[in-house]
This record gives sequence, structure tokens and C-alpha cells, in this order.
Amino acid sequence: MAASPLGDYQPGTSVLHRLPVGAKLLGLLVLSAAGVALRGVPTTATLLALGLLACAVAGVRLLRAARALRGVAIGLALLAAYQCWQQGGERAFVVVGSLVAMVLLATAFTTTTSIERMVDAITRWLEPFRALGVRPELVALAFSLLVRGIPLTLEIAAETRDAARARGLERSPRAYLTPLVIRVVAHARATGEALHARGIGDD
Amino acid sequence: MNRRTPTTDVALVAGFAALIAVCALLPEIKTGVGVPYSLQTFGVLLAGAVLGPVRGFLAVVLYLVAGLVLPIYSGGTSGIAHYSGLTAGYLVAFPLAAALCGYLVHRKRENATQFAVVFTCGLLSSVVFIHTLGPLNLAWRGDMGIKDAFVIDTAYFPGDIAKNVVMALVATAVHRAFPDLVARRTRSQEPVAATA
Repeated sequence: MAASPLGDYQPGTSVLHRLPVGAKLLGLLVLSAAGVALRGVPTTATLLALGLLACAVAGVRLLRAARALRGVAIGLALLAAYQCWQQGGERAFVVVGSLVAMVLLATAFTTTTSIERMVDAITRWLEPFRALGVRPELVALAFSLLVRGIPLTLEIAAETRDAARARGLERSPRAYLTPLVIRVVAHARATGEALHARGIGDD
Repeated sequence: MNRRTPTTDVALVAGFAALIAVCALLPEIKTGVGVPYSLQTFGVLLAGAVLGPVRGFLAVVLYLVAGLVLPIYSGGTSGIAHYSGLTAGYLVAFPLAAALCGYLVHRKRENATQFAVVFTCGLLSSVVFIHTLGPLNLAWRGDMGIKDAFVIDTAYFPGDIAKNVVMALVATAVHRAFPDLVARRTRSQEPVAATA
């Protein structure tokens, strides 16, 4: 696992760091829609240029951009081969190029957005839905429990796998997944009761 | 004991969102045909089967939203790229599949501890949502024939069946350990539970 489960965020002061989360997400949505609506070589070239520019402005390190692309590289390579064979090189550039551009733009987004700022934005967006029974503070609580829960669950996964290996059951996914899930449920219950006891999340 | 409180529900939703993330990050099972299997769909359907339709759906949505900034989608790639990419259809299908699986499993209390029932519910949910929305999006964003996209999607079938077997084994064991996870909150019980 090369990536840290706690995110790709890099603190900074660039324009992209200072833009509101909503504006950045809207920008991504618009560019993605434009890529589909105006499908063509000029559009793809523009999107690729924008993607590279956004990464440069955000201060994304080369290694990080490469890592973001690595995850989708096999799929993109297969798609490029398929498109070359079915519809020719130009079409392959348009389709695969616009996808690469979106990965670059998305990397710029994750590099410049911290989980705290995103949770703040989401709870603010949910505020009008309070009348419908939505409780933004519980949503914020869910996010913070998730962020703490990921490294913890990774740890439990490693422990239960070691336990299964010690019993000679490393080839049986069930032997480590069942205790892993039972521990996740038990831990969630204990956490829920502890929070409840402290009066958090009550009406 | 184990009264349902909002905080316990939130903790369960967050706990399963974290579990799905860990399932997606665990080393992939290599298949040699370009489509790596991760345990991601195992986690998604398990969340539905264990938590039921509403909490299961919310756990998957929480996982997907957190994935916008955390690199917790399969293979440890960071989130949002996938929505503009080839696999977006699969991601959109996940909460729907979890909700359907949860609805089917939690309809009857006794379903939750029966392997065959949970396995069938999981498989049905992934066929109805994951194996339709996934290839449809692949055809659209990859600019390929719908038929070709569905052919590519069949590569996921053997892994899916295996993951549903493990999901059903684990879910039934969890339900035997925590029988009240399926307990339904009805209108008449709610005030009693609140004052108990």
C-alpha cells in the first residue's frame, strides 16, 4: 500500500487551496460534462492542458500524479488498445485523453482539499435539510468516526489475519474475515454506547 | 442492553464505511485478465446484509463521499477520479445494491442466519445493480458498444460468486453473534425502547 489511508492532502496556499470546496467540485463537474458534450481532439487537448495546469498550481508532486494514474493505468491502456483497433488512433486519444485529464484534475482536488474542509462544507450543505430530520452534526460525527476507523480497522485486519495464519488457516478468507467483522461490530457498539453515555448525538 | 440509539447507528454506519475502505485497500486478487478483484463488493454487500437497507445504504454512501478526498477506492487510488472514469457506474450501483441486499435479508428475521438466503440476496443485488450500471457506464465513458461492455463485465462474475459465498458465511456468523442487529424498530416498540 503506497498511499496513506488518511489522504493525499498537502497543505498549501495556492489559489486552488483557497477556493471553496463547492466551487472546486462544481468546476470538476462542469469540465467533466464539457468533455462529454464537446467530444473532440481540441476539447481533449484543452482538458489535458487544464489538468496539467491544475496539478502545477496545486503543487502536486510528479510522483503523486504518477501514483494517481497507476491505479487506472491498466484499464486505460486496455481501452486505448480497444479504441485504436475499433475506431482508430484519433478516437483513442479523445476518449483516453479526456479520462487522463479528469484523473489529473481530481488529483489537484484531493491535493488541495483536507477532509476537515470537506466535512465542514457537507454539514453546511445539509443544514437546510434539518427540517426533514437530517442532523448535520451526526453526519459530521460519522465522518470523524470513519477517519479514525480506517487505520484502526486496518490494524484489526492485520491482527485477525495473523491469528488465522497461526492456526494454519491463512488460505481461508472466512477464518479472518469473520472475526474481523465481529470485532468491527463490537467496536462500533461500544463506541456508540460511550458517545451516548456522554450525551453526544441526543436530542 | 444494546438499545438502538442514534449514536450506535452512526458508529455502525461509520464502522462499516471504514470496513469497506479496508476491503478495497487489501491486496488485490490478481486474475491475469486486467480486472483485479478486490474485496470491495464483499464489503458493500456485507454492509447491506448485516446492517439492513437504510444503515447499509448510508454506510456505502459515507464510504463513497469520503473517497472524494481519501484514497480509499480499490487499489488505494484516490476517489473522485473514478466518477469521471470507467468504473463510475459500479460505484453508483454500490449503495443501491447494498440497500436491496439489506432489504431482502432483513425482511424476515430468520433470513439473517440462513446461508442460502443471504447468498441469493447478495448475488441478486449485484446482478440487478452492479452488473447493469457498471457496464452501461463503461460503454458510455469508454465509447464502446454496449454488448462489448457487458462481455468485459462478465470477467467479474466468477469473483463475484466467490465473494458472495464468503459474504454470506460472514454475515450469517455475525447475525448469530449479534441477533438484535436485525431487530426491527416498529412504531409501537419505539417509546418502550426509549423509556426502558
